Amino acid sequence: MGQAMIEVQNFRKTYGKFTAVEDVSFTVHTGEILGLLGPNGAGKTSILETLEGLREPNGGNIRVAGLDPATEQTKLHKVIGVQLQSAGMPESITPVEAMKFFCAYHGVKPRFDLLDRLGLQEKTRTQFYELSTGQQRRLALALAVAHEPQILFLDEPTAGLDVASRVELHKLMRDLRTNGTTIILATHDMAEAEELSDRVAILLNGKLAALGSPLQITSTGEGLSKISVNTRNGSLKQAAEFPSVQQFSAKEEYLVYYSTDISLTVSAILSFIQSQDDQVIDLRVERPSLEDRFLEITREGSAQ
Amino acid sequence: MNAFSHHFSFEFRTGIRNKTLLLMNYLFPLGFFFMMGAIMPSINPLFLQDLVPAMVVFAVLSATLLGIPDPLVNARENGVFRSFKINGVPSFSILIIPILTTLLHVTIVSAIITLASGLIFKAPMPVNWPLFILVFLVLALICASVAVLIGVVSPTSRATVLWSQLLFVPSMLLGGLMLPHSMLPEPALKFAQLLPASHGMNAFIGLAMGRDPAFSAWGSLIVMAASAVIAFGLALFMFSWDSRNAKRRGHPLLALLVLVPAIIGIFLF
Repeated sequence: MGQAMIEVQNFRKTYGKFTAVEDVSFTVHTGEILGLLGPNGAGKTSILETLEGLREPNGGNIRVAGLDPATEQTKLHKVIGVQLQSAGMPESITPVEAMKFFCAYHGVKPRFDLLDRLGLQEKTRTQFYELSTGQQRRLALALAVAHEPQILFLDEPTAGLDVASRVELHKLMRDLRTNGTTIILATHDMAEAEELSDRVAILLNGKLAALGSPLQITSTGEGLSKISVNTRNGSLKQAAEFPSVQQFSAKEEYLVYYSTDISLTVSAILSFIQSQDDQVIDLRVERPSLEDRFLEITREGSAQ
Repeated sequence: MNAFSHHFSFEFRTGIRNKTLLLMNYLFPLGFFFMMGAIMPSINPLFLQDLVPAMVVFAVLSATLLGIPDPLVNARENGVFRSFKINGVPSFSILIIPILTTLLHVTIVSAIITLASGLIFKAPMPVNWPLFILVFLVLALICASVAVLIGVVSPTSRATVLWSQLLFVPSMLLGGLMLPHSMLPEPALKFAQLLPASHGMNAFIGLAMGRDPAFSAWGSLIVMAASAVIAFGLALFMFSWDSRNAKRRGHPLLALLVLVPAIIGIFLF
């Protein structure tokens, strides 16, 4: 594990009497991608904006690359790159001008190659307000990484992007991670978070509900694994209940079992099929996805 | 080019590229100038002697009071300032660059107005060119600084228009552009001395056009210069990165401090 690049301890953020974030602590290390997940209003943006130096914390201790974001902003902007949810560009600026402009303020040479890489090569002279939402987001991303920041904050980076752009963005993020860039990725896209993040933090009502690798998170909770079976003679339709199965459904030729213990259920199913002189055509076991676990956590949170 | 010159270059091009700014910087003042130059001398021959200063003051008012505040408020509301903050763009640059680029636009327009006044309408030219330029620069700076201050304190775009018009309309009526200060009743003249446009016209007439001013022309220059410094200082102090402009240093009414030199000037000059 690399050096701690972001340290958040007992962070608290309030707006008047409303507490947006309460007692949140986590650490992100060099070259790590942390997925920040949570329903709307969970506190993701408050955490991100405080880390970026846009808001001041009401409690706790925050360090970004060893700097206090609230008081050391001049140093901070040299080490962080930020893609805001709303792009925040002057309406009439073109991608080329924006690249020159922001790189000049960071004291680095413009990275026009990033505009090409993110598919903006034909829009370099188009004014910002004429770009599509996806193009605006790609430009914001190119600008966020142009000065090669140590830490990158991405807020919904793939919202509004087409498939090709999304793939390119994911590739760029992996390259950045390989080069040691630490990334915080706030997203509603669970598949993206699961695919890219080394760890994910799930926020609920301003509190940290879960923190760990996608595998660790999905292996906790109810942990209902999905077992889909198709047999030649359809013998399973006459079967009684199998051990550890919590839910059961039929979908096309498949019978689908949701089990708390894969080994017990699968071995019982196979024994039953053998006893009926039937044959397995297809058997698939899928562990719970991050999305399943996320929904489970948010349901638990709502119930409380 | 360094960051400041990139920023300046982009903002200057925006002043031409953006249709609203193009209107306020060039089309509106030049259109108004050609219309007034063609019509007014036949109605009121005395208007011709003030054509150059009056239309230059109008160009400055249009480009600054009508052109600067709204884009600043829009940029703040659209999160542009937040993006600038994250990328290390200083608030000083955000505030000074619109002033400097507008100064450049209005210099071009004023040069066209001044030359065309003599060539097309045979209006009298300034007798003291260095002082004409000095008064123009100080007037443009005070109007631009006040415009930036309006942009900084305005909570919304709607409020910005209100504040801008609150200054622009009395400037047109009492600023000496349409009606000489000598024709205003005493209370109206005192009120007019609160307006930068009045001091601009007065200083142009007294220092550049070689005629008698309604009040001290050098006094007007001093009032404008002092007000410009105060307005920009207040704008810098009260500037907020917040998109909703909810968090800022000082109450918006603090902006009224910009009137202090003009109020003192009423008693001194």
